[in-house]
Amino acid sequence: MPEKVIEEFTIPRLEILDEDANLDESLEPELSEQQLVAMYRAMLLARMGDERKLKLQRQGRIGTFGPSIGQEASVVGPAFAMGEADWFVSAFREFGGRLVVGDSITNQLVYYNGFEEGTVRPNGDGRLLPFSVIVGAQALHAVGLGYAMKYRKEKSAVLVFMGDGATSQGDFHEAMNFAAVWRAPVVFICQNNHWAISVPREKQTRSRSIAQKAIAYQMPGIQVDGNDVLATYSATKEALERAYSGEGPTFIEAVTYRLLMHTTADDPTKYRTEDEVEKWKNREPLIRFRKCLEKKGIWSDEKQANLEDDIKREIDAAVQEFEKRTDFKPDAPFDHVFGTRHEVIEEQRQEFLANLAEEADNG
Amino acid sequence: MASEMLKLNMVQAINLGLEQEMAKDDSVVLLGEDIGVDGGVFRVTDGLIDKFGEERVIDTPLAESAIIGTAIGMALAGLRPVGEMQFSGFSYLMIPQLEGHASRFRSRSQGQWTCPIVMRMPYGGGVRAMEHHSESREATYGHFPGTKVVIPSSPRNARALIVAAIRDPDPVVFMEPKRSYRAFREEVPADEEVMEIGKAQIVQDGTDLTLVSFGAMMRTTLQAAEEIHKAKGASLEIIDLLTIAPLDINVVVESVKKTGRCVVVQEAPRTLGVASEIIAAINDKALLYLEAPVKRVTGYDVVTPYFGRENMYMPSAQLVQKAIDETIDFR
Repeated sequence: MPEKVIEEFTIPRLEILDEDANLDESLEPELSEQQLVAMYRAMLLARMGDERKLKLQRQGRIGTFGPSIGQEASVVGPAFAMGEADWFVSAFREFGGRLVVGDSITNQLVYYNGFEEGTVRPNGDGRLLPFSVIVGAQALHAVGLGYAMKYRKEKSAVLVFMGDGATSQGDFHEAMNFAAVWRAPVVFICQNNHWAISVPREKQTRSRSIAQKAIAYQMPGIQVDGNDVLATYSATKEALERAYSGEGPTFIEAVTYRLLMHTTADDPTKYRTEDEVEKWKNREPLIRFRKCLEKKGIWSDEKQANLEDDIKREIDAAVQEFEKRTDFKPDAPFDHVFGTRHEVIEEQRQEFLANLAEEADNG
Repeated sequence: MASEMLKLNMVQAINLGLEQEMAKDDSVVLLGEDIGVDGGVFRVTDGLIDKFGEERVIDTPLAESAIIGTAIGMALAGLRPVGEMQFSGFSYLMIPQLEGHASRFRSRSQGQWTCPIVMRMPYGGGVRAMEHHSESREATYGHFPGTKVVIPSSPRNARALIVAAIRDPDPVVFMEPKRSYRAFREEVPADEEVMEIGKAQIVQDGTDLTLVSFGAMMRTTLQAAEEIHKAKGASLEIIDLLTIAPLDINVVVESVKKTGRCVVVQEAPRTLGVASEIIAAINDKALLYLEAPVKRVTGYDVVTPYFGRENMYMPSAQLVQKAIDETIDFR
C-alpha cells in the first residue's frame, strides 16, 4: 500500500510595516490617525518607562525587574486590538500592554519595590490579572477564564502572553490542548524574543517556527513580525474575531528581540554577542513606526519633542506618587491568607506585631 | 419540620452534596478525568452529567495540572469549580499550580482576586490498589499557606463539608478517605446541611485522655476507644480534626488541659506530620497540664508498600489501644 499523506501544514507569516518602514497598504488595518498616534504613544511610554525603571533600579529605589525594551510592539498591538470585555493575562514582560489596559506606572513601581499593593485592578474590577512569575503557568488560567466566558455566553475573549521559553513547559502544552478541545475563546501570544535568560531559541525547541506548535492542537498558528505593531494588532484582531464567533483559540508567535537583559539581575554579554544585538537594534519597533507616521504626514520632530516632554511629565508624576506610597500595613499578609477568620492565623498575627514592636523598642 | 434522613455511604453523600450545590448555584461546575459519562472511578459524580450536562460536568483531557490550572481561571471569572484528582497519588502534578497560584492569588492581589476552587481526591490505603493509590499526604498540602485542607471521616460530615468547601472563598483540598467510601452507611439529612471549615469536632466527651484523629483513621480510633472503654471503663475525649489546615488546634489544647493525656493517630508517615504539629502545639500551650508524654500512632517513614504488605504498615486498632493504655497508665 502506498503511504498516504494525511496532514500537511503551512504557517503564514504576517508583516505589514517592515524594518525600513515600507508599508504594505493592502494589509494595513483600519486605524484612525488618532489611534495610530495613541499606539505610538503607548510604545514610547513603555520604552521611556522602562528606561526610568532601570535608573530607579540602579539607584536601589526598586528591586529586580525584566525590561521590555525592544518588545513594545508585541504587546501594545494586541492590547489595542482588545475589546472592553476581554481579559489580559500576562507574564512579566508585557509592561506597555498592561498600561494600555489600565495598569499604572505607579502600581508597577510599587510592585517592583516589593509590595503586593502594586497589583491593583484597574477601576477595581478590571480584567487584568497580576503578573505570573512562574513561566507558562498563566496559560492554563487563561483557558479557564475562556471556558467561563463561553459558559456564561459572554462576548469576551482572553489574551494570554508568554515567552519562547514557556513553550517548553508542560502547562503551556496542556493549555493549548485544553483550549482546543474546549474551543475556548483564547488568543495565545508568544513573544519569541529569542532568549530565555541565557538559553537561545535554537536550544529551546527544534521546531522551525514556534507558531507551528499550534498545528498539533488543530489550532491556527501564525507568525508575525513582533516588532511591527500593525501586524501584531491585525493578527490579534483577527484571532479575537474567531474567538468571539465561537471558532476557538488561536496561537500567535510574535518574533521580536529582547534588547536588554532578562532582568536587572543578569548580564547578557555573558551569553550573546554585541553584533547580534546591533542587528536587532535596526529592527526595533519604534523607529519604523515613527517613520511610518511621518510618511503619513501625521508626525514631526516638533510633535515628537512634545510627546517626549508629555511622557516625561507623566512618568515624573508617577514616580512622585510612588514615592509617597509608604503606608504599607506590616501585617497585611495576615489579612490575606484566607477569606475567613481563623484563630491560628490571628494568634500568629498578634505574635508578629508584638515581635515587631519589641524589635522597634530595642532599636 | 425535621429533615428526612437518608441512609447513605460516603460516595452517595458527597454525590448528594455536589448535586444540591449544582442545582442551587449554576456557577458550580465539575471537572476531572472520567467524572462525566463514567461518573468517576469511585462513582462519586455518578449521574451528575445527566442532570447538569457536559458543560457543567466536564470530562477533561488527562492532565492534572490543567485541571487545577483551568479551575483557577474559572474561579477568577466567578465560577465555583470543583476539580477531581482521580487518586491523590496523581495529585502532585497539580502542586505547582496550587502552591504557585491558587494559594497565592488572594495575597498576591491583596484580596482583589480570590480563588474559590475545590480539588477533591481520594486518599489513603486499605483498598488493595496499585502503586500510587494508597498514600496519605495531607501534611504536604497542609504546608501551603492560603490553602485549606479538609478531610471528612463519615458520610454525614463528608456531605456537609463538601458543601462548605464549594461555598468557601479559598482553595480547598478535599481529601476523601477511600477506605471509608463504602465501608459504612450513616443517616444524612436530605435537606441542606453545612459544617464550618476550620473547626474540629469533639465526637465524644471524656475526662481521662484526649484521642485525636481524622479521615479514615477515625474508624480505627473509635474502634480502639470502644475496646478501651470496655476493658478499663476509661472516659475518653475523642476529637475528629476534619480540617487539617488551618488547624483548629485550640480545641485539642483545651481538651488536653482537661485530661492531661493525649494520643494522636494518623495514617501518614510519622515525620513532619499532623501528629507532630499537634504535639508541638501542646508543648507550646499546655505542657504543664500534661501527666504523660503525648503518644502518636502513625505510619512509618517508608514508601507506602504495595498492598501485599499494606495492612502490616497501617496503624491498627490494636496499636492505638496499646498507645492509649500506656498513656493512661503512665505515672
